[in-house]
Amino acid sequence: MHPTDFTIRGALEALNEGIVTSEALTQAHLDAIQALNPRLNAFITVTAEKALEAARASDKRRSDGLAGKLEGIPLAIKDLFCTAGTRTTAASRILGEFTPPYESTVTSNLLRDGAVFLGKVNLDEFAMGSSNATSAYGEVENPWQRSNDDGVRLVPGGSSGGSAAAVAARLALGATATDTGGSIRQPAAFCGIAGIKPTYGRCSRWGVVAFASSLDTPGPVARTVEDCAILLESMSGHDPKDSTSANLPVPDFAAACARGVKGLRIGVPKEYRLEGMPEEIEALWQQGLDWLRAEGAEIVDISLPHTKYALPTYYIVAPAEASSNLARYDGVRYGARVNGEDLKDLYERTRAAGFGAEVKRRIMIGTYVLSAGYYDAYYLKAQKVRTLIKRDFDEAFKTVDAILTPATPSAAFAAGEKQDDPVAMYLNDVFTVTANLAGIPGMTVPAGYDRHGLPLGLQVLARDFDEETVFAVGTAIELAAGLKALPQVRAFA
Amino acid sequence: MSLDLQTVRRVASLARLHLDQGEDQRLQAELNDILGWIEQLQAVDTEGVEPLAGAGASAMPMREDVVTDGGQAAAVLANAPDRAGEFFAVPKVVE
Repeated sequence: MHPTDFTIRGALEALNEGIVTSEALTQAHLDAIQALNPRLNAFITVTAEKALEAARASDKRRSDGLAGKLEGIPLAIKDLFCTAGTRTTAASRILGEFTPPYESTVTSNLLRDGAVFLGKVNLDEFAMGSSNATSAYGEVENPWQRSNDDGVRLVPGGSSGGSAAAVAARLALGATATDTGGSIRQPAAFCGIAGIKPTYGRCSRWGVVAFASSLDTPGPVARTVEDCAILLESMSGHDPKDSTSANLPVPDFAAACARGVKGLRIGVPKEYRLEGMPEEIEALWQQGLDWLRAEGAEIVDISLPHTKYALPTYYIVAPAEASSNLARYDGVRYGARVNGEDLKDLYERTRAAGFGAEVKRRIMIGTYVLSAGYYDAYYLKAQKVRTLIKRDFDEAFKTVDAILTPATPSAAFAAGEKQDDPVAMYLNDVFTVTANLAGIPGMTVPAGYDRHGLPLGLQVLARDFDEETVFAVGTAIELAAGLKALPQVRAFA
Repeated sequence: MSLDLQTVRRVASLARLHLDQGEDQRLQAELNDILGWIEQLQAVDTEGVEPLAGAGASAMPMREDVVTDGGQAAAVLANAPDRAGEFFAVPKVVE
């Protein structure tokens, strides 16, 4: 076994027993990155020297009896989290060589607990995308390949494509990610790993480059449900610097994994049965329900009647907030600048050169739906439909404890597919976007494979701030599925 | 509602995005596709429904109105593309 094959739980035990040091663990991951990143392009920036220095300091703390909850664990950080002294790009040209003088709250919490950062991982530009193809730093390759056609490069999903690819290929034990419409859950499902979008407000957004502030939710991806629980516990907590941060105690998420599902009522929303959905996804969903029933859960049919309006609602709300948030990139205070004839021309040329096509599209849509004369017809209308979507979940959770759905409408697709059709690309998030609009927690867990051997996931949703039930149900699925296959491209393979 | 070219150019100006030759026409087509798809929301009955701005807690917390930070001009200016002393610098605005 190579040190890169550890789970986070396993690595913590091995570190504790002196079987491995953080320095050795970190070096093994840096070697794996050096070997595979030229192909996968999961990392934008590798901070090898800093990582080794941090690992040695961690080993010292451990030998001094001062080990934190994540002491010595090498992680990858989505390049949307500001990291003090390390360039932060949001995968956009417009941020140039921006080097934050401060650390995001989530990464500060991880450092407080002893984590070691290997570097910054790739994403769709400003987290806008479902394939990692909109990154100014190049596409990321999914470490999985179709069994019948190993020449085809598959996308890792997005926007947290670098996070998911790095963890699946064993270039990191876990990673931070963010989810605005599915950006944790969809790439986790495409790369055969677990990922949780916690309740809105559970993790602070302070120091995370903003996309759509009422939807943006930081969370972890990792190779097991329990590892996600360990990471989320460290990342969570009240932060006075984020006015939407919840002032609630953080439960022992890892302990909740072992609760089991006996007596839980699991909802099956009929609106998630899409026309033309691949049969294998329908079958996997049934299989998941059977597993939970066998463990003592009760399966209940439910209705979430406004589901089909969630994506169009999202594509008004998210671009509107993005157009406002991204107004700050003007070439004056930080980032790249393109000079012009006057100040307005400087702004316009800086933004034209700095933003990619998808970001520009969303800024244009957002500016339009917020502009005089259209605000009521689009933005206000979308906010009202958002109320109805939230109400659907409130009603459902009166009778069920959790909801089980497919994670994505397909397995990972080939690079280049869907690039010319924004609406087809947006449909990737059809099962995930509802949780962002409602604010509830959602997790995807690998549960099976498609006919070409590619991973497929199931999604677990629960009430606001009830991540514990999400972890309990997620663990039950993980145990029942008992998946063993590994991606073809991985460290030391 | 479908966007004409003039509206596309006006929105781009509001968004401070310079459009290259032909980009307005390409954006017009893409935006109209997206807006056409979004149009289905008009079918939802939202009579008497309150808008939901965010998923978080309904009440914003208040804090003491005191200075908590400051005196960090060097850190604030560290990433500036152009500066003059302790100020961000831009091309001349007033003639």
